[in-house]
Amino acid sequence: MLDIINVEKTFNPGTINEKKALCGINLHLDEGDFVTVIGGNGAGKSTMLNMIAGVYPVDCGSIVIDGTDVTRLPEFKRARYLGRVFQDPMTGTAPDMQIEENLALAARRGKCRLLRPGITAKERKEYKELLKVLDLGLEDRLTAKVGLLSGGQRQALTLLMATLSKPKLLLLDEHTAALDPKTAKKVLDITEEIVAKNNLMTVMITHNMADAIRVGNRLIMMHEGQIVVDVRGEEKKQLTIEQLLRMFEASSGSQFTSDKVMLSK
Amino acid sequence: MEIFGQLLGALPGSISQGLIWGIMAIGVYLTYRILDIADLTVDGSFATGGAVAVVLILNGCNLWLAMLIAFIAGLLAGAATGLLHTFMGIPPILAGILTQLSLYSVNLKIMGKANQSINVNQTDLLVSLRWVKEFAFHNPLITVGIVLAVLIAVLYWFFGTEMGCAIRATGSNLRMSRAQGINTNFNKVLGIMLSNGLVALSGAFLAQYQGFADVKMGQGAIVIGLAAVIIGEALLGKIFKNFALRLVAVTCGSVIYYIVIQAVITMGLDANLLKLLSAAIVAIFLAVPYWKRQYKETHMRRPKGGKAHA
Repeated sequence: MLDIINVEKTFNPGTINEKKALCGINLHLDEGDFVTVIGGNGAGKSTMLNMIAGVYPVDCGSIVIDGTDVTRLPEFKRARYLGRVFQDPMTGTAPDMQIEENLALAARRGKCRLLRPGITAKERKEYKELLKVLDLGLEDRLTAKVGLLSGGQRQALTLLMATLSKPKLLLLDEHTAALDPKTAKKVLDITEEIVAKNNLMTVMITHNMADAIRVGNRLIMMHEGQIVVDVRGEEKKQLTIEQLLRMFEASSGSQFTSDKVMLSK
Repeated sequence: MEIFGQLLGALPGSISQGLIWGIMAIGVYLTYRILDIADLTVDGSFATGGAVAVVLILNGCNLWLAMLIAFIAGLLAGAATGLLHTFMGIPPILAGILTQLSLYSVNLKIMGKANQSINVNQTDLLVSLRWVKEFAFHNPLITVGIVLAVLIAVLYWFFGTEMGCAIRATGSNLRMSRAQGINTNFNKVLGIMLSNGLVALSGAFLAQYQGFADVKMGQGAIVIGLAAVIIGEALLGKIFKNFALRLVAVTCGSVIYYIVIQAVITMGLDANLLKLLSAAIVAIFLAVPYWKRQYKETHMRRPKGGKAHA
């Protein structure tokens, strides 16, 4: 379960660059919910994810994951509950370390890191099997430096790392946006597969409306730091892009504007 | 021919000195390459190591215990820089400069004066330049060589552990590390501590080797350390990929540096120009990869064949 209760965030308060990023967000997710998030530039999508992950502190409100109030926990302590994949493929992995070392780092998320081996022979075998499933040829390159991989390969690896020790909540921040269409589709397919297999509670930001409607069991739209549309279940399955745009206009009182979203419609 | 003979005669001394500074260069490697921080604390912590060791040995402390305490003194110096950086939010270079400056006073207090000599005839020492040409176990080449082998083995093991991997991840990608539950601030402090511990240990060996500790003995140490790291990588980086071998390469870099310095001195270079020369070498080695990249980029824009692309 995830509860976001009345979370507010203003960047650069009291300066000329003041920006109200979140204006009292409330969101409740149940076990196994897969929610997609769309919204224009500066709507607060990424900020919401970063608040959940603890990248910056909230101004007020609270964030509760599975009954634990994590609002005051630093980012690295919250990591035990979270799996994260970022928009930039360079962000989610350590380029100077090997593929298997990256996975081993992720396997120890939320655990105490002491003087035990950083990776064991048993893990190596497991990782090889896991990488085979991705079907990207990475299973034969376990000791290659991650910096040598393509963007798509790195995103797929990050996804695997995010879900290796099963997180309470998976946060995907436009994780296919920087990839070419074919690779993006592949990474999204892998995402759906992993989420379904582990029944993970997931929040996925996307700029692709068709994906947002097709994937997951719930869809929210954000506008100027607020959630303006929230559809789920059957209603969401029947949704068309035109309907979605009308709903957005009706509740926000403005046209939906995002070049990225409109171009990928 | 005479110069060649002189050089050959000076070779054991240069190599010994290179090996001792090799310990220091490994410390610099940890911060500069693994944590991606240029840590200027080392100029101070190098002298701290020397000062602590000399004062302890003069007071009758066990030699190896003195080395251990010098190492711990280095750890503390590193902790100071690490906390200035992580807890007080000071940029790492400035944090290092602040610690380095304060260590100058600390080192004076430890020794009670600016220079403290220690005579190998009156006191038992681990290494001394008097023994460089002796065919015996206490020859510094052997003593320091063994110490280096043990240190590299321990570091190789440590950076393969969960804790060591966390430090490497912190240096490689901060955001990823935090997302994987790594306390990046703690690991930065730990890495800087370890680095300065090694630097102080190196200073402790050098003080015995040369027979004195001096508050200024660490001046420019960072440049020598960087030179060793860069020379080692430039000459052996293509062959030595494994972490332990990379540390060996850094040590080789340090030895080569001292042989080259010895060579230019023997050939009659004014010794006062040495620091200028060292800085110039480091600057050029740092610039080469940058120039290479620039050259490649301009050539990407104008591909061979003369055909203009729209």
